[in-house]
Amino acid sequence: MLETLALYFSYPFVRYALVVGLLIALSSSLLGVSLVLKRFSFIGDGLSHVAFGALAAATVLDLASDMVLVLPVTVLTAVLLLRSGQNARLKGDAAIAMLSVGALAVGYLLLNVFSKSSNLSGDVCTTLFGATSILTLTPADVWACLGLSVLVILFFLLFYHRIFAVTFDETFARAAGLGAGRLNLLIACVAAAVIVLAMNLVGSLLVSALIVFPALTAMRLFKSFRSVTLAACLISVCCAGAGLLLSILASTPVGASIVCVYILVFGVACGLDGLRRRA
Amino acid sequence: MTQLLCEDLTLGYEGQAVVTDLSFRVKQGDYLFILGENGSGKSTLIKTLLRLIPPLSGRVEFCGGLRADEIGYLPQQTPAQRDFPASVEEIVLSGCLNRMGRRPFYGRAHREQARANLERLGIGGLARRCYRELSGGQQQRVLLARALCAARRVLLLDEPTAGLDPAAAREMYELIARLNREGLTVLTVSHDLPAAARYAGQILHMGRRPLFFGPREAYLGSPVGRACLAMAKGEQDA
Repeated sequence: MLETLALYFSYPFVRYALVVGLLIALSSSLLGVSLVLKRFSFIGDGLSHVAFGALAAATVLDLASDMVLVLPVTVLTAVLLLRSGQNARLKGDAAIAMLSVGALAVGYLLLNVFSKSSNLSGDVCTTLFGATSILTLTPADVWACLGLSVLVILFFLLFYHRIFAVTFDETFARAAGLGAGRLNLLIACVAAAVIVLAMNLVGSLLVSALIVFPALTAMRLFKSFRSVTLAACLISVCCAGAGLLLSILASTPVGASIVCVYILVFGVACGLDGLRRRA
Repeated sequence: MTQLLCEDLTLGYEGQAVVTDLSFRVKQGDYLFILGENGSGKSTLIKTLLRLIPPLSGRVEFCGGLRADEIGYLPQQTPAQRDFPASVEEIVLSGCLNRMGRRPFYGRAHREQARANLERLGIGGLARRCYRELSGGQQQRVLLARALCAARRVLLLDEPTAGLDPAAAREMYELIARLNREGLTVLTVSHDLPAAARYAGQILHMGRRPLFFGPREAYLGSPVGRACLAMAKGEQDA
């Protein structure tokens, strides 16, 4: 077992991939705390499907880098969705449901009609459920992920107290003149960036797991915003690390392995919470 | 000294008027109750006073050096807040954010102020507690302490006793009356008429024509005041 790991980690590329995976896990858990508490978990899900549609379009157009198209489209959708929360003719959750299945269908259709690939179902499966192995990440992916996740973490660090205020009580934040509108816009952009990032690791169908599981697990165990945020980061990094190692050792798909570790830890947290309540 | 002056206001959304011909003024140290049935435009007035929406016509003026963001606001609680993981200290501190400028973190002065306001409301011992585990009355006090951090001169309270049991509601009203005696101007939006009859200095009754604005004694003697009070008594007896 250790020999297998040592063999893998002798490739510099596996080491980079591990670092990137952990950074992605960290940034998505930071975002998750705020999205879950704002009751916006489903926005993450909707956005990841839109990102899949954009990725399909980028593949068909044969762009040098998918990010060029996927990131702007996802950011734009995120901004529109959060905007429409206030005065929409379509109810928020219905709009998101519509968008996400719509993007899935159009994306798959585009790939089917225009794709030059010989292994279409393999490609689709990879974008939906993530790479079968972290070895398939390209160097460009690794560097883009690194840069973006550092930006996301900096954003949460600098705006931590303001994000708390807007998450806990948006009306009060608006009344106190904290620029809640601008901050929501920023959070939407960051959400889109995180989702595009995380797609590289676990694929678009499993992205939501990275966002909601750490926050929900931490909320079971801790009672202040700071401890929940810190615990979510820690849980996320540990689970993602464990999932990545597991996928190397057992040759299982990366995304699914990571999500299964999340589920396991969430179950344990629920158990601990239950025990504490009974005590 | 007049702190807030509203003249010939028409309030509403997207050109649709909810309230017309609204004029009143608030002096420093006043305790104004804003009464009215649901749909009479109370929340529209709150949003206008907080500058979240502009008035359709007329003017809202802050006088005597009062700025719009110096109003300490106590909003109604949302369901999401009731199970929000946050410590009392974190919530009260967030009231200081509007005076932080571009600084990302709280300083010692902010923490001192948050502690002082908790003491002032008699909940100094709760600072480390988890918000969702407190009683309704304690939660309201925490949010009131946050409002005090945001502003020292004017409080705007939206249904401060909603969801509280009678004993807790009474304590809340006594606490607000004390803050008022200590020099704070208080605007309370409510449909709790007996409380208004007991604590208010001035009363603004919205929703019935003509709108009533004047001191409490005049309101209790006016036809609209007598009618409403009789109705409230009937409800209590029933």
